[in-house]
Amino acid sequence: MDFLTLTPFETEALLLSLKVSLWAVFVSLVPGIVAAWILARKKFYGKAFFDSLIHLPLVLPPVVTGYFLLVLLGKKGVVGGFIFKLTGISFAFNWKGAAIASAVMAFPLFVRAVRLSLEAVDVGLEAAARTLGASKIRIFFTITLPLILPGILTGMILAFARSLSEFGATITFVSNIPGETRTLPLALYTMTQVPDGETSAMRLCIISVVTAFFALTASDFLSQRLSKMVKGD
Amino acid sequence: MMDIHLEKHYKNFKIKIEYSCRDIGITALLGRSGAGKTSIINMIAGLSRPEKGHIIIKNRSVYDTSKNINIVPEKRRFGYIFQEGRLFPHLSVVSNLTYGMRLIPPESRYIKMDQVIDLLDLSRLLDRRPAKLSGGEKQRVAIGRALLTSPYLLLMDEPLASLDEARKQEVLPFIRRLSTQFSIPVLYVSHSIEEIVRIADKILVITNGRLTASGKTREIMGLDNFQEMTGAVSLKTLYGEF
Repeated sequence: MDFLTLTPFETEALLLSLKVSLWAVFVSLVPGIVAAWILARKKFYGKAFFDSLIHLPLVLPPVVTGYFLLVLLGKKGVVGGFIFKLTGISFAFNWKGAAIASAVMAFPLFVRAVRLSLEAVDVGLEAAARTLGASKIRIFFTITLPLILPGILTGMILAFARSLSEFGATITFVSNIPGETRTLPLALYTMTQVPDGETSAMRLCIISVVTAFFALTASDFLSQRLSKMVKGD
Repeated sequence: MMDIHLEKHYKNFKIKIEYSCRDIGITALLGRSGAGKTSIINMIAGLSRPEKGHIIIKNRSVYDTSKNINIVPEKRRFGYIFQEGRLFPHLSVVSNLTYGMRLIPPESRYIKMDQVIDLLDLSRLLDRRPAKLSGGEKQRVAIGRALLTSPYLLLMDEPLASLDEARKQEVLPFIRRLSTQFSIPVLYVSHSIEEIVRIADKILVITNGRLTASGKTREIMGLDNFQEMTGAVSLKTLYGEF
């Protein structure tokens, strides 16, 4: 077997991992920016609770998060059942569920990155825009959002990397189904459980390292370019 | 015409100002640091809200607690020039200049782009980013950006503080000229006597959040307790009796 050619088993896991992670990042975008904005700019009763709730997946055992998702979003779950009745979309034991699990696990990292960049935006610029006749919504889209783009990109990369490595919540919530929920880490885990799986496991390790490394380097490059563009140096 | 009455409590500070005049011209707000000059300007701009009072500029009430009027800052059309310029770093000079202009209907623009570019000598800067501008250039762009919204009133908060002497000499005549050329009333915050002598028609002296003196520039500067009130050297000390 050619060392550099991926087996169908590996290709399937890799492509599924990329698909699940991209979707996880994509669905986190809007809620993540909104949550970051609320945390950075709003003062309200219960903010500490809201902050903790968002950061909870960072400190809970992933299995706990996965189990909560199973209870909430499973076909008979409180929220999942409702969504299924309404739209026919189910998250149970399919790649959509895997994406949700990854999104929830990566959410605090994304929110944190966006929040930090939001806090770095000079609110004086927003005040200046108001005196120039811009409404709050216009200011958000023409001043604030462009200025935090580098932070959003950083958050997306962190979330993407976290999604690629997601294991515990995924296997608990949507199990380990080939082609559906068996992402790279789950495939790797599978290989460590079968006899003579060492070579395959090692190959999957290398694929994981290369993918993560490539994603991080590319993102670092992009984020520097973007940051320069925004600042205009 | 200007008629203002502002009251607001801060942690250990209180602003209480009442003032009205028929002709604003260029009116300077003079006072020591922390006297409340910027807070007053911010209230007029709508960036902070007085607890009580009213703000009437050119017969237009933008704030009145007794009538429940509070026009949002973006609808007041008061140009505000900040001490630090506050140009948008991600936009070019020309996009900064037109940011506010594009938001008002063309028929109500009484200041034209070419005029502003000429007056402030901006033609060579248009494609640049704020990061590539000197302090004086930034401030000229900020002035142009506020002017292009065709404002009813210009608020200037130490617009020259970040400039060196040579640049001040360059920008001061501009401010004088634009107030006469476009007949825009200007409220000018500064603690530099030199600037005020050169451009202001009137002075309001602010001490600890209160209006302690108001009148024509020369009258105020001739007051015996001028130095005490403002922390600035009086003209009497500088030039003797006049």
